[in-house]
Amino acid sequence: MSFWELIASMLGQGLVITLLTTVLAAVLALVLGFVAGLMRLSKNKFIRFLVAIYVEVFRGTSLLVQLFWIYFVLPMFGITMTAMTAAVLAIGLNFGAYTSEVVRSGIQSVDKGQIEATIALNFTRVQRMRRIIIPQAFIIMLPNLGNQLIELFKSTSLVALITLTDLTYQANVLNATTLQTTQIFTALLVIYFVIAWPMTKGMKLLERKMTEGRM
Amino acid sequence: MWDWYYAFEVLPEIASALGVTIGATVVGFILALILGLIWTLLIRSKNKIVTTVADSIVKFIRNTPLLVQLYFIFYVFPQFGLSLDPFTAGVIGLGLHYSTYLSEVFRSGIESVGPGQWEVATALNFTTKKTWTRIILPQAIPPVLPVIGNYFITMFKETPLLSAITLVEILQTAQNIGAGTFRYTEPLTIVGLLFLLLSYPASIALRQLENRVTARYS
Repeated sequence: MSFWELIASMLGQGLVITLLTTVLAAVLALVLGFVAGLMRLSKNKFIRFLVAIYVEVFRGTSLLVQLFWIYFVLPMFGITMTAMTAAVLAIGLNFGAYTSEVVRSGIQSVDKGQIEATIALNFTRVQRMRRIIIPQAFIIMLPNLGNQLIELFKSTSLVALITLTDLTYQANVLNATTLQTTQIFTALLVIYFVIAWPMTKGMKLLERKMTEGRM
Repeated sequence: MWDWYYAFEVLPEIASALGVTIGATVVGFILALILGLIWTLLIRSKNKIVTTVADSIVKFIRNTPLLVQLYFIFYVFPQFGLSLDPFTAGVIGLGLHYSTYLSEVFRSGIESVGPGQWEVATALNFTTKKTWTRIILPQAIPPVLPVIGNYFITMFKETPLLSAITLVEILQTAQNIGAGTFRYTEPLTIVGLLFLLLSYPASIALRQLENRVTARYS
């Protein structure tokens, strides 16, 4: 294997981990975001309070601190997990908190007349949410959700610091072993850009498609 | 599990590193504000080449992770003879990264100033500089102040990344203590609590500012 082939193969392995972390954490964040966002709108004060604590704690501290806490402190309480699980959990919980705010404000910005219409039509609460409110709120949320996905993708680079062998981690190893610092870190920036840029573009396209003839 | 005595023993050492964290945030934020405004003005330039170049740089910075940019500044710049200490490299990285976000905020603020204001400036024979400093910016900035403030808090929470380029801020201090005593629980929890203690009141204050701004400008 030639020198450059070795570099390409190591970065390739890292890229797989980066993408896997992104997908798993994004799914977790989306699910958590919807659950917490809906719970935030609950009539029960206690539920609202619990979710508010979750959201404020994860938005008020740094992702890196959360990542370290989950990976280094939880084992002290007998909860040990792999770097991958810790990474997905930390990023998912962190972005879930931000997503819940997007979900909450999206649902709240659906026109009041829509709720009145569902009451007039004798919809149940679940029907109202599923058929009327969420489909409209989702379109309002879409630009924000897209932005979050790109931020989430970029934030996966932090997992290198808890020794998960992602793209950034592999680049660091390569830098230490080959000393081709300029080439390796330039390649690393370019790889991230080549993935994030089409994502940004794609999100804008999706946004336009979904809002076509609606707004 | 949780040792209060140990927690109080390490608290002063961690808190003393707060100066570095806040210093990096403030200097980085000032840099981000200045650079952000420069990007906005360059992108608005009539010269197509200037616009395209500035726009491409902003897009590239926005679509790559801050951590990798920090590595680049800290490890690649010295290859070209520009060695920076961790604080300077960190502040440049932080400032440069968030300048691209702030430039977007400034753009939306400027675009919300009505075309009539530009016409008035022309009618009154204001110079370009005067048009910006006396008419456009004083109207463009106040409505977006809450968003700008939000980025300040975001930057504050991103400073632990600077530990990756060996800056000894609060997270690195906690890590160092943990490495010495093999007890990470108290130091890392204290770091989290310090962040929460500082950023939560700030975000509440911002929400109030936001309410006042919405009441005034809409």
